[in-house]
Amino acid sequence: MKLSEQERGVLSGATGTVGERMAMEIVVESARMMGADRLVPIVSGHIDGCLYHGDAGVLFCERLAEEGARVTVPATTNVASLNLRKADQVTLPGPQREMAYRLMEAHRRMGCAPTWTCAPYQMPTRPAMGQQVAWGESNAVAFANTVLGARTNRYGDFLDLACAIAGRAPYYGLHCMENRTARLSFDLSGLPDPLLREDAFFAVLGALVGRIAGDAVSVVSGIPTPVREDQLKSFCAAAAATGAVALTHIAGITPEAPDTAAALHGRAPEETVPVTRDLIVDARDRLSLAGSGPVDCVALGSPHFSGDECRAVLGLAAGREFVVPVYICLGRHIFDGLQADGTCEALQALGVEFVVDTCVVVTAILPPRPGVMMTNSAKFAYYAHGNTGYMPVFGTLSDCIRSAQAGEVVRDREIWG
Amino acid sequence: MNWQAEVLLGGAACGTALRLDEPVSFWGGISPTTSEVVLAGHPQHGERIAGSILVLPRPIGSSSSASIILELLYRELGPRAMILGTPDAILPIGVLVARQMGWNTIPVLVMDAPPFRSGDELRILDDGTIECGI
Repeated sequence: MKLSEQERGVLSGATGTVGERMAMEIVVESARMMGADRLVPIVSGHIDGCLYHGDAGVLFCERLAEEGARVTVPATTNVASLNLRKADQVTLPGPQREMAYRLMEAHRRMGCAPTWTCAPYQMPTRPAMGQQVAWGESNAVAFANTVLGARTNRYGDFLDLACAIAGRAPYYGLHCMENRTARLSFDLSGLPDPLLREDAFFAVLGALVGRIAGDAVSVVSGIPTPVREDQLKSFCAAAAATGAVALTHIAGITPEAPDTAAALHGRAPEETVPVTRDLIVDARDRLSLAGSGPVDCVALGSPHFSGDECRAVLGLAAGREFVVPVYICLGRHIFDGLQADGTCEALQALGVEFVVDTCVVVTAILPPRPGVMMTNSAKFAYYAHGNTGYMPVFGTLSDCIRSAQAGEVVRDREIWG
Repeated sequence: MNWQAEVLLGGAACGTALRLDEPVSFWGGISPTTSEVVLAGHPQHGERIAGSILVLPRPIGSSSSASIILELLYRELGPRAMILGTPDAILPIGVLVARQMGWNTIPVLVMDAPPFRSGDELRILDDGTIECGI
């Protein structure tokens, strides 16, 4: 492997702190294992190691911090296991709560920006087309590659942090242009235009693409413009949950794919999938484990809700209160903005419970009894049962609001054609 | 019979193979406190990976899987070695971090279509040689 003088110096311990050496060793060993022949400088990191999975990870992050490791590029933090703005919302037992907090503190000490959000692309600064980054959190990875045109692999725990400390990532996979060629093609030309503009369609399409593509790069042709970022966010999160998708070219939208041919780098696709209404309806129905009857809660915000989405909830509710809890998960920076403009108070008056810094599917927030969770998030639908025991029902945002007001599943089948 | 695997992380080990016939994400699929396979419907559901030579024909690199293998090694509930069917950096990173922390460390190897079945007695040498049936 070709390492620069500076990289070799850190790796050997000749320069830098012990913590920097540990981080460089992780980056270089990963590069060796994946067959990379060099490292590539990165401009930002998003750190997915802030969730408490056990004491070992906490002890490691604290060791790094004590040994002088500091991030050398701007690095945001993913969701944690606690809501620091409302301590009693999470019901973790005392010792785990303490360790979860120590994990967050260790990241702060290493110089990470304490954003605690799975939607770092909703922050004011974000990478531009062609820039190399090392991001963790599968939905953020897919968004960075697909929507921003930045270049990142799917980074897992410890490696994303090590890259942000080293300021470098192993140069392989989606960091290299030649690996960003689409191999599969999804053709939407058979679907009616109104469906292609529905918010919920994007989540369902993502779930379908993820399941078929696995970890392959694909191209989706036929999405009409304009498209909103919240729709693309839903698509990316779904594809990265049902599959290991890190990049989908959306023709005309992905910066490096002005059209389908550009995404295919001039080659023929290995396979073309004509997306039919039946495929979409089937993918939609796979996101629900229950279909009718009482709803115990509504969970929104996976990925973390934007300000626009929160205001949409307020508009759809039209002043009618919710009879079951409606959890909106979001980043603290979005929450602060909603407090300033009064949206926050208005939503709380209807019965919304805000979940900041974390979300209802990764930590202990929901009442611990089996129940039905309504959501407009394919990602929540995918993980709800395994992580919380709740049975998911997928619907549009409007379905979710009406169900929360009725206390039972209300779904509008019309939009699906 | 001897087999040759590529060494991702070196070391020697011997023990009984446990093959995970279906892919499983360590995060959500393996209990970090008991090492049990907890993924509902998995063919090895209920088996413990602790002390085995774990054969993973199709490793899934879920982003938090490194944390789970690290936690298992910290609790001394890890496997004695891992043999992967495809290169993967996520699980080995958990092992590497354990080594940096001075905890148990295990060899991690990769080979195409590992043929070992649950119950096979395996010996792994530093150079990636795997002796089976001794």
